Amino acid sequence: MPDLPKRKVGLISCSGEELAEGTVTRRAVRKVLETLRPGDTVTLCLPLFLAGGEGERAFARHYPTIAVDGCDKRCAALATKKYSAKPAASVVVTEVAEASGRGAIGTARRLNEEGLRLADAVAGRIAEETDRLLKRKPGSAGPASGRGAR
Amino acid sequence: MSGGRRKVPVVPCSGIGKSLGAAAREAAYVLAEDLRPDRTRIVALSLLVMGDEEARRGVAGGAAVAIDGCKLECAAKGLACSGAAHVHKIAVFDVVRGHRGLKPEGVCDLNEDGLKLARATAEEAAKAVDELAREDGHA
Repeated sequence: MPDLPKRKVGLISCSGEELAEGTVTRRAVRKVLETLRPGDTVTLCLPLFLAGGEGERAFARHYPTIAVDGCDKRCAALATKKYSAKPAASVVVTEVAEASGRGAIGTARRLNEEGLRLADAVAGRIAEETDRLLKRKPGSAGPASGRGAR
Repeated sequence: MSGGRRKVPVVPCSGIGKSLGAAAREAAYVLAEDLRPDRTRIVALSLLVMGDEEARRGVAGGAAVAIDGCKLECAAKGLACSGAAHVHKIAVFDVVRGHRGLKPEGVCDLNEDGLKLARATAEEAAKAVDELAREDGHA
């Protein structure tokens, strides 16, 4: 058997600098990368799509990606589709917040405790989507969840 | 025609893989919230990448400040592609050369050295903003 490269999922956060939800996307993606699914995920830098990052574009053409957006403008999802390929899954922070009835989450510069909890919830959603894309059974993958990626 | 002062758009790199990218982001907040809140405003790079019309209108034809974490200069390129007439580039990797004792670490939570580097970078950017104001006769 040839030694095929391990299938991984690319995570693309909008990182929106104007909104606290953008900061949530960064924290959630880093938590998945560092703690929840460290062997199964990589991060792709959204602005590199525009700046000519052929490596990012090629990865997103050949591997599944999850776009993680702060708001319904969905910059990460749309830019990924525009420059590479449609993301296999999409997570939007404002939708997760609405579904879980969250309050104020702090500022783009500093999330408050509620914002940190929201980032944990978003990270959980990303991990679920990662498992789905890698066709894993729920609960069969990854280290125990926690808040270690803060 | 309004005689009001136009706030200078500041676009930091959105780098999520390295501490210098995080320092670029933090530097933008230090600049726009602490050092020059009345003269600057942050514009999200993701909006420019996507081609958001409102964001592009806000930077097209004027001067802007890009704060980049690495030599790929995504923020500067994003501004140039969006029609900014003059992009003043601030590079965290240049600033760190002038502060050799600093060892920035962390992405979501920068360590103390990372925050010091962000402050030093923001001060460099503030000088650029002041220079732009002088050129416009607002100093």
